[in-house]
Amino acid sequence: MEKDIQAATHSTPLPREGYEGGVFKYFPHTADDIRQMLDVIGVRSLDDLYAEIPEEIKLHRELDIPSEKSEEEVRDIIQGLAAQNKPLVCFAGAGSYDHYTPSVVPFIASRSEFSTSYTPYQAEISQGTLQYIFEYQTLMADLTGMDISNASMYDGTTATAEAMMMCTAAAKKRNRVLISKTIQPAVLAVCRTYAKFHGIDLVEVPEKDGVMDKECARELIEKDDVAGIIVCQPNRYGLIEDFTGLADLCHEHKALLAVNTMASALAVLKSPGEWGADIACGDAQSLGIPMGYGGPYIGYLCTKEALVRKMPGRLVGATTDADGRRTFVLTMQAREQHIRREKATSNICTAQGFMCLYVACYLSLMGPKGMREVNEQSYASAHYLHDELLKTGKFEKVYDAPFLNEFTLRYKGDAKALRETLAEEGYLLGVPTLFKENCLTIASTERRTKKEIDNMVERIKTIAL
Amino acid sequence: MNRTYYGKLIFELSKQGRVGYSLPKNEFEGYKVDDLGTNALRQTETILPECDELTVVRHYTNMSNNNFGVDTGFYPLGSCTMKYNPKLNEELCQLPGFNMHPLTPAKYAQGSLKLYDEVQKTLAEIAGLSRFTLNPYAGAHGELTGLMVIRQYHMSRGDVARTKIIVPDSAHGTNPASAAVCGLQIVEVKSLANGTVDVEALKPLLGPDIAGMMMTNPNTLGLFETQIPEIARLVHECGGLMYYDGANLNPMLGVCRPGDMGFDVMHINLHKTFSTPHGGGGPGSGPVGVRKGLEQFLPNPQVLANEGGTYQLQCKDESLGYVSFFLGNFGIIIRAYAYLLSLGKENIPMAGKLSVLNANYIKESLRSHYKLPIDTVCKHEFVFDGLREEYGGDHHDSEHVTTLDVAKRLLDYGFHAPTIYFPLLFHEAMMIEPTETESKETLDDFIAVLKKIAEEAKADPQLLKTAPHDTPVRRMDDVKAVKEPKFTFKAL
Repeated sequence: MEKDIQAATHSTPLPREGYEGGVFKYFPHTADDIRQMLDVIGVRSLDDLYAEIPEEIKLHRELDIPSEKSEEEVRDIIQGLAAQNKPLVCFAGAGSYDHYTPSVVPFIASRSEFSTSYTPYQAEISQGTLQYIFEYQTLMADLTGMDISNASMYDGTTATAEAMMMCTAAAKKRNRVLISKTIQPAVLAVCRTYAKFHGIDLVEVPEKDGVMDKECARELIEKDDVAGIIVCQPNRYGLIEDFTGLADLCHEHKALLAVNTMASALAVLKSPGEWGADIACGDAQSLGIPMGYGGPYIGYLCTKEALVRKMPGRLVGATTDADGRRTFVLTMQAREQHIRREKATSNICTAQGFMCLYVACYLSLMGPKGMREVNEQSYASAHYLHDELLKTGKFEKVYDAPFLNEFTLRYKGDAKALRETLAEEGYLLGVPTLFKENCLTIASTERRTKKEIDNMVERIKTIAL
Repeated sequence: MNRTYYGKLIFELSKQGRVGYSLPKNEFEGYKVDDLGTNALRQTETILPECDELTVVRHYTNMSNNNFGVDTGFYPLGSCTMKYNPKLNEELCQLPGFNMHPLTPAKYAQGSLKLYDEVQKTLAEIAGLSRFTLNPYAGAHGELTGLMVIRQYHMSRGDVARTKIIVPDSAHGTNPASAAVCGLQIVEVKSLANGTVDVEALKPLLGPDIAGMMMTNPNTLGLFETQIPEIARLVHECGGLMYYDGANLNPMLGVCRPGDMGFDVMHINLHKTFSTPHGGGGPGSGPVGVRKGLEQFLPNPQVLANEGGTYQLQCKDESLGYVSFFLGNFGIIIRAYAYLLSLGKENIPMAGKLSVLNANYIKESLRSHYKLPIDTVCKHEFVFDGLREEYGGDHHDSEHVTTLDVAKRLLDYGFHAPTIYFPLLFHEAMMIEPTETESKETLDDFIAVLKKIAEEAKADPQLLKTAPHDTPVRRMDDVKAVKEPKFTFKAL
């Protein structure tokens, strides 16, 4: 058998030792199969199927990578790597939050009828995917106070970059987009990259007392050359900003308003729609998706009906089938890259479709009451932690604006050293606040217990400044 | 797959007063969200459903029964490489040790950083390139990142005039779209009658304004571009860089590497070539690799191996910048690592070869019934131009049986349809990619069914035109979906 495979594959250097029958578990081909198939094709060997490739560019050696491993060996190696990590009790946010995920969510997500499908081009056999995306669209449009949501972007950073490109695509002749400097640092960094290459004049609106300098924004918008402005709620310091009057100002001057919000907060904070925004964007990781060292997450992008044709990404719509039943399909595809090609203003194709299932399933379980409770508890634990840290006398307030579940304090000693000491003891105390010496931006969620907070604060009290 | 249509939406199952979660009692007294005041707080109610746990479980389980995936049946979707998604990989990506906050200090994330570096090194060897970033989230995101690398390289040399990119007319739609998003002008180069790039047509396009050229090899017809050494030489000679769209990498594994073909920058779709699930449209992963000398332009943050076996995160000034929140779809990268380890150097080349065997086997078995526009050995996929004339496929006849009709009829027989109406070079394109994980028996069934469908097309074209008949739902009114747009439950 082994020799047969060798003969059938001709010159392929394949040391097959250790495999009874000479086949690999993911390859169903027996030596007989290969021979019969080669006969139908009319070639002698598998290598003959590559005869047209110039010899000088072929690889005439084995790949210099490790040998095949058994299931147990692979498990040992990867478990070993997982064991080299040390997950810390998480008091950090900055775009990724440690929320509770009901056990049903990963259970449903393990249904491989969902996970092993692709983009639902054949609607007749993809109603499952299409329905959960339709539910997701409904939920996100509702939470953001918008008319329409697309079927996901990669993450909150790229969703915001797409919102930026939507602004210039909608404005046609304006190429300037404003972005608040109080937006999450990672979002700002990605928008800068996209703007640089796409040729957008991205102007950063400075901050004042930890929130966007509204007067400065006003002056820029009144120049009548701005396609849109992107603001953040809560912002990079965790602060809740006041956008009263901003939407009217934008619309008077034909600029679009885009609001980036951490998705979980949408259940209690004034929604982008209520602020009068034209676009809502951000990351929906906070809706039941594990922190997972940064991904997969899901970016959301929602807008008003009038802007639907400017919105990138897939869209699922309701229709009827030949028997008149309510069904769901991918629709408005004329907007998409594979139709528009070089005229496209977005290249998004495969996004994070499967994560729509996480979000829809999570929100179905939590409901209005659960989302209220998550926010109440996150708010309460964050404020308790904030107050306890101040009580140690080792921290001071930096800003006065209110916050939800994330806040920024200045440590009176070396914040970097404090963070390192606490990490050694299993706590991740926030993230260093960019450009603010000895400041930490700290978050809490409903998963943090009073005991965890009290223990950490007790430890902080014993650390000399 | 269950052929009874389920069709409900979660909002229709909601009943006021039910919950599907449990949280511990709030331990912190005296803090209320309402203290934020009405100007900060939401004033409108949400549409969130109220459901108990079993209702939610049944709802999504019933929904999944109306869905077709690789685990359900054969999924020969061209250019998508719908290979089997190993279950071991699903188990390992969920190990609790990997569930960390992304901004955990590197010292406590050494296992994850090592895994990232092992994957990037393995991909670099497979690709014949120097270094990979795994930060891009999907193929198109990889294309965009790769083009940014090319532009960043030119800008770093002060060569700002290179604003055009050459793209073959057979390219994936994302290629020109990615180039446009990257601020490049697209120059299209025509294909020859045999479906490969016309080198003579390419020559006059080259000049000091060319940033580079994007190609996939094999191309979207499944044909290897044998002129690639000459094409790469010409593009390099004019100062441009060569970009490889890795969507079609599968057949090349261990046989011929993009770096050795002359490419400088490429992306790989981990969800195609390296078996991670496609998830109904992502999350995928689109690592980008570069030739030696271009590493510094890759996006931030970068994972670097220190001497002594530790790893660190670094941000470089020469980098093109950030393209993602952190290190990409890390959970997908874990799955790909499990796949790479499982296959090893022995089986990775075998994956490619068996995928080519499967594609050619189908092609040769069906050319009697379907039009084969380009008659040559293909790689992992090939394109039929619809049914042959004798089976009702003459597209000059307005009543002809279309590729859409054939595709819909395939669903009745329990197969997913191929990619249809792409590439754009043919009227009735039907792009078939079987992958190496399908058995001869499955292929034989598929071949028999497609032959039967051809006979049906001849005998009873209406049967195809009204297909599918035996799926949970019937053919959709796509026009209505556009004319009366309804994107949310509220709009119904």
